[in-house]
Amino acid sequence: MPELRDLYQEVILEHSKAPRNYKALESANHKAEGYNPLCGDRFTVYLEMDGDKIREIGFQGAGCAISKASASMMTQSVKGKTKEEAEKIFHRFHDLVTGHGQGEDAELGKLAVFSGVSEFPMRVKCATLAWHTLEAALEGKQEKVSTE
Amino acid sequence: MSAAAAVPIRGKAANRSFDVERIRKDFPILQTKVHGHPLVYLDNAATSQKPRAVIDALVRYYEGENANIHRGVHYLSQIATEEFEKARETVRAFVNAARASEIIFTRGTTEALNLVAQTYGKTNVGAGDEVLITAMEHHSNIVPWQMLCAEKGAKLRVAPMNDEGELLLAEYEKLLSAKTKVVAVGHVSNALGTINPVKQMIAAAHANGAVVVVDGAQAVPHLKVDVQDLDADFYAFSGHKMYGPTGIGVLYGKQALLEAMPPYQGGGDMISSVTFEKTTYNKVPHKFEAGTPDMAGVAGLMAAIDYMNGIGIEKIAAHEHELLEYATEVIGAIEGVRLIGTAREKAGVLSFVLDEVHPHDIGTILDQQGIAVRTGHHCAQPVMDRFGIPATVRASFAMYNTKGEVDALALGIRKVREVFA
Repeated sequence: MPELRDLYQEVILEHSKAPRNYKALESANHKAEGYNPLCGDRFTVYLEMDGDKIREIGFQGAGCAISKASASMMTQSVKGKTKEEAEKIFHRFHDLVTGHGQGEDAELGKLAVFSGVSEFPMRVKCATLAWHTLEAALEGKQEKVSTE
Repeated sequence: MSAAAAVPIRGKAANRSFDVERIRKDFPILQTKVHGHPLVYLDNAATSQKPRAVIDALVRYYEGENANIHRGVHYLSQIATEEFEKARETVRAFVNAARASEIIFTRGTTEALNLVAQTYGKTNVGAGDEVLITAMEHHSNIVPWQMLCAEKGAKLRVAPMNDEGELLLAEYEKLLSAKTKVVAVGHVSNALGTINPVKQMIAAAHANGAVVVVDGAQAVPHLKVDVQDLDADFYAFSGHKMYGPTGIGVLYGKQALLEAMPPYQGGGDMISSVTFEKTTYNKVPHKFEAGTPDMAGVAGLMAAIDYMNGIGIEKIAAHEHELLEYATEVIGAIEGVRLIGTAREKAGVLSFVLDEVHPHDIGTILDQQGIAVRTGHHCAQPVMDRFGIPATVRASFAMYNTKGEVDALALGIRKVREVFA
């Protein structure tokens, strides 16, 4: 039986209550909106790209503890990374939360706290919403991304 | 019949013969354990569980009666046809329609509402006309009308509600005019539980020459519905929310309106003769039942109505009303809980939000304790917008729920507060 504390780890709860980089970036040159119509979660991700590099990142929106904490920790983990590096982290993160990880969680650093999500398949979309939005912002897509 | 027939029966004295533990034994799924806990099923507004009698009816149909209706001369076809038409009569009596031919079988409430929009709506709503709905409608009673209005150049008007989730009747009446061709209203709100004063609304609409379509999906499981007393022009509901199978629903329509309407879908059974030059349509209700219907579903729906009648809809309503009052008191008293939808007349639904905790997180934590609630916008996003929230937690009750289950929910919510403390 999956344990609640595996999902709602202290770090996750803490980030959901006090999300980092929770701001609209004045200097943003890339931006995307993400939406999960099933639960109403909605995030905007702002990027200030310096060539291929994420110089600054911010996000705003509303969602559950998992989606908000995931967005918050995502901003910390991809700041200063290149587009390619950020996408690589997303793929690893996606594998982690869907239970397809290859035991290379160490490379994910703090993001490893989301491993409990794989025991709660209904919550995978919560954990990945901000990441899908980041991906759209990196691609420079204008349309709103949706998890559905 | 008085207007009181459309609201739950009050008082506990009348309900002494209601034995919830005996009723629970009729529902096999209630024995399920979820994450090691007994299932506490409080998502009945989404779909109710099915009694053994309904499950058995489906099996009996396929084991002993299966054949296509209205077609064969052989024995089984005759049996299946008789059962199908007997079910129509059972449904007629259930909502007190004047004639069995006014009962059309559909896939559910959604299809029934779309049927009216696409047939009555298309022939009677034109450019500049108006369709009037309310602020608490389910998406299935918004979108078909939006589609119709977009196609016809008509306007969708919305009657507002107050902070308790009660329709503002005076505002509704002000919105009625000669332009109003159709009023579409939910009898009971799925997101808030509000019982709308449909009888009064229908009388006001008729005085303005509009026909009224009632979405009764959330009403028929909880209230005695009398379509003649309400004077409803159309009344739609689903089998699966009233202990019946999925995939079967009902549209009641007044005979004269149905006869004047064009068919919904073309196909077998809805015709009386077909040549390549011309088709003559069958009479009602068959005109609206193209193709092989869900015959097993109809058998299951009949069993569900028989089951409800066997217990007594008044007794079911009284039990659920008592539960809702208890839940409102117990859940409402928990620190941080804000009830959404506090209308004086309510049925079956307790919607709430808790502190800053998102309903999805609440749903997961309750699920870990075996408690099934619905979290989200309940297919009523405009209702969420009206209250300025993205979603709610919704506990919704059926005849088999108990006060013990309400206590389990209260305990579950306290656990949520601990996790998020």
